[in-house]
Amino acid sequence: MMRRLFLISVPYLWLLALFLIPFVIVLKIALSDTALSIPPYTPQIDLSAGWEGLRTFFAALDMENFVWLTEDDLYWKAYVSSLKIATISTLLALLVGYPIAYGMAQAPQEWRATLMMLIILPFWTSFLIRVYAWMGILSQEGLLNQLLMGLGLISDPLIILNTNTAVYIGIVYTYLPFMILPIYSALEKLDASLLEAAEDLGCSRFKAFWLVTIPLSKGGIIAGSFLVFIPAIGEFVIPSLLGGSSTLMIGKVLWEEFFSNRDWPVAAAVAVVLLLILIIPIILFQRNEQKQREAE
Amino acid sequence: MTVDVFAPWEDPTEKPLIQFKGVTKRYGSFTAIDNLTQDIYTREFFALLGPSGCGKTTMMRMLAGFETPTEGQILIAGQDMAAVPPNERAVNMMFQSYALFPHLSIWDNIAFGLRRMKMPKAQIEERVEEMLRLTRMTQFARRKPHQVSGGQRQRVALARSLARAPKLLLLDEPLGALDKKLREETQFELMDIQEKTGTTFVIVTHDQEEAMTVASRVAVMDHGKIIQVATPPKIYEEPNSVYVADFIGDVNIIEGAAHKTSEDGYDIHWAEGQEPIHAKTTTVLSEGQKAFVALRPEKISIGEEKPEGAVNAVKGKIIDIGYLGNISTYHVELPGGVMVKAQATNTRRLSRRNFTWEDEVWLSWTLTAASVLER
Amino acid sequence: MKRFTWFNATSLTLGFAFLYLPMIILVIYSFNASKLVTVWAGFSTKWYGELMRNDQMLDAAWVTIKVAVASSTLATILGTMAAYVMVRGGRFMGRTLFSGMIFAPLVMPEVITGLSLFLLFKPIFTQMGAHTIILAHATFAMCYVSVVVSSRLVSFDKSLEEAALDLGCTPFESFRLVTLPIIAPAVISGWLLAFTLSLDDLVIANFTTGPGATTLPMKIWSAVRLGVNPQINALSTLMIGVVTIGVIIASISTKRAALRQKADEQAAAG
Repeated sequence: MMRRLFLISVPYLWLLALFLIPFVIVLKIALSDTALSIPPYTPQIDLSAGWEGLRTFFAALDMENFVWLTEDDLYWKAYVSSLKIATISTLLALLVGYPIAYGMAQAPQEWRATLMMLIILPFWTSFLIRVYAWMGILSQEGLLNQLLMGLGLISDPLIILNTNTAVYIGIVYTYLPFMILPIYSALEKLDASLLEAAEDLGCSRFKAFWLVTIPLSKGGIIAGSFLVFIPAIGEFVIPSLLGGSSTLMIGKVLWEEFFSNRDWPVAAAVAVVLLLILIIPIILFQRNEQKQREAE
Repeated sequence: MTVDVFAPWEDPTEKPLIQFKGVTKRYGSFTAIDNLTQDIYTREFFALLGPSGCGKTTMMRMLAGFETPTEGQILIAGQDMAAVPPNERAVNMMFQSYALFPHLSIWDNIAFGLRRMKMPKAQIEERVEEMLRLTRMTQFARRKPHQVSGGQRQRVALARSLARAPKLLLLDEPLGALDKKLREETQFELMDIQEKTGTTFVIVTHDQEEAMTVASRVAVMDHGKIIQVATPPKIYEEPNSVYVADFIGDVNIIEGAAHKTSEDGYDIHWAEGQEPIHAKTTTVLSEGQKAFVALRPEKISIGEEKPEGAVNAVKGKIIDIGYLGNISTYHVELPGGVMVKAQATNTRRLSRRNFTWEDEVWLSWTLTAASVLER
Repeated sequence: MKRFTWFNATSLTLGFAFLYLPMIILVIYSFNASKLVTVWAGFSTKWYGELMRNDQMLDAAWVTIKVAVASSTLATILGTMAAYVMVRGGRFMGRTLFSGMIFAPLVMPEVITGLSLFLLFKPIFTQMGAHTIILAHATFAMCYVSVVVSSRLVSFDKSLEEAALDLGCTPFESFRLVTLPIIAPAVISGWLLAFTLSLDDLVIANFTTGPGATTLPMKIWSAVRLGVNPQINALSTLMIGVVTIGVIIASISTKRAALRQKADEQAAAG
């Protein structure tokens, strides 16, 4: 009994202390005011004043930072633009990822383990390096422009780096395995005789794909989409390296608010709102996972 | 000549090894074991038989210590087991999946339990070799479990659970994973080993043939209760209920109203305008009470003409014939639409057999062939 | 037997070209003699030499490895415990909260995790540095470890543990002698995952670091923000090389083990 208690309480307390409590602190600071002091916000809890100290502390908390977020259009534009970039990137990743997952699932049995390894391999290499790799390709004098001009397809170099397009490419590239893997595992389970049955019942091959394969891989598509969409919203590295000054993403705004402006309360408020936005897709994602598990 | 029959349950001076005393086990609102009381004796081969979900596995897991009763007591050798954890019980279990440790060799699997007993090394070696010999696995000792066949795995599991010389060995569907032929061979091997080691065996199975073959007593279970406990012949010939009669082997159940004719004789009126069934039974029934006649197909004779002097004889029409090689089962429709199965041994070659579809035949059976049951 | 169709072969070729070309280009250009990364000026290994003489970079690499080893070991212990609790713990108070806390860090934006941990550590520690990064990395990596380990535990035949108890093990002995050896591959891959996550992390480390503790991703970050840098190409090539060799060795050995097992089973059945 003691052993079980120990086993449960160690990871439990660890997560409470290093995951849940920090969020409570973020919420508290989001409700505080910026100040030119150390730490740079007020109010501070005055524990020596006891109950009275707590009362004055709670009285001093307000929604000022959240009001500020609605007043300065930088913030809501950043939220909207994050959602837009994440949505477009997710759709692109689906378009790129589905044929790859399909090809893998259709590949001969002895190839599949290798293909799987090739999909997972980039996941083990540094994220930062994979994003960085595109800088040399997409820049104005980069390899893509050299190639296109060399082929005579364009006469002036395209400006891709430091635009939203580069951000889309970066997100699709880095999160593609997350899209491919759940779709692949859904497609792999698909019984080939189902397609034969559909063709036997008068479907063309395309129609059979549309009416059988796609619906049966729906769970994988949804899971993959959330796995790209959710991290893409809060992404920081990709918009900072590949995006330009006009690329607004909320992760970047939070970073700058914290590191450049040293405005902890506003950064915390930005984080709280970002979290609220993320709750809906996270819950939907978990529901989908649950449904998948129950179906098995 | 009197043979000393093994029947400790009939000896009131014999002390049971295992006692279930009013044991109930509930999972939330589901009752898996319902106020069950049962004794099991030393050296018995006791079979718990029933459909899945009848509570037989729960009973076994309570003996092993993986489940605790919600109410009641379980005693092993007179000791209340409530506070004894599985690792401190003189009980071992052979798991349905065999649960052989995949990372250990067969030798180490068998030695596993002995090492936990802090047995000296030389003694462990001796005991493992003995177990390997007993189960004829000596030449495979160095292999890993996945490197031997299913039947061999089953024998390793048996050796491992017997190594600690438990007072009681529990076997959870031990032969379920084997194919029919191997299963039959192994059944006799199990009985042999049980006799050699003198261990008490409790086996859980849903296969009635298996239970009948190996067990000294069979307990037929349903919905957390034991319906009947008896020796295999008794449970087949004298079922105490329609449920047991139906669960064990093939049976015809004919429903009717009882009418007492003598000390232990009854007439069962089963259809309007038909001669009642005459039967002898120890069951006491009141006048006009609903009763069930349980009649095994092999106890019915089938003939072209009404047999002379038969106690029970009824005419019917053959609807279907199931040819099984050694025997044939005839599905005969009696007047009023009652279907009865009758079995006949095929002593002649097919071409010489005399009955075919749509033939009118006479079925007959003796006064004591059928059991009369209340429920 | 399935064969590659024209369509599938094309989509796979294009897909893998998209995934691998950028990295291959990076590797090729790390051997470029020119400082201008986009102009090929002949083969040279001079950037590797410069990298090896860059003490700051080597220091950062050393810090990163120390942090990764410590945090992934911690994360593996905590994550394995958490997985065990999730799969075998039965019901206990706050189980829903617990599973939520295990799941949430997997989908939490790094900026939020980083910020919240910074705000936690700031008043507690007089100085932040490698130790705070270790705590932060252990926290989010333990969730990944617990996912990997619990997926193994779910498929683990529970009767193996019961058999161990039945044969006289205490619960702890049963874990040590039976469960742990069997789930060891999952625990090891959990550790490797935690290790790479820690090696890789820029955002959380940047929030929770302090003076003197600069990790490799932070170093790379400050270098590449200004544009393409040949030394970073060389470093990237080394990192990609190590990972590739590691993954290939791992996948070959698992494939061999699977083949051996299959052969054994066929031999045993026959």
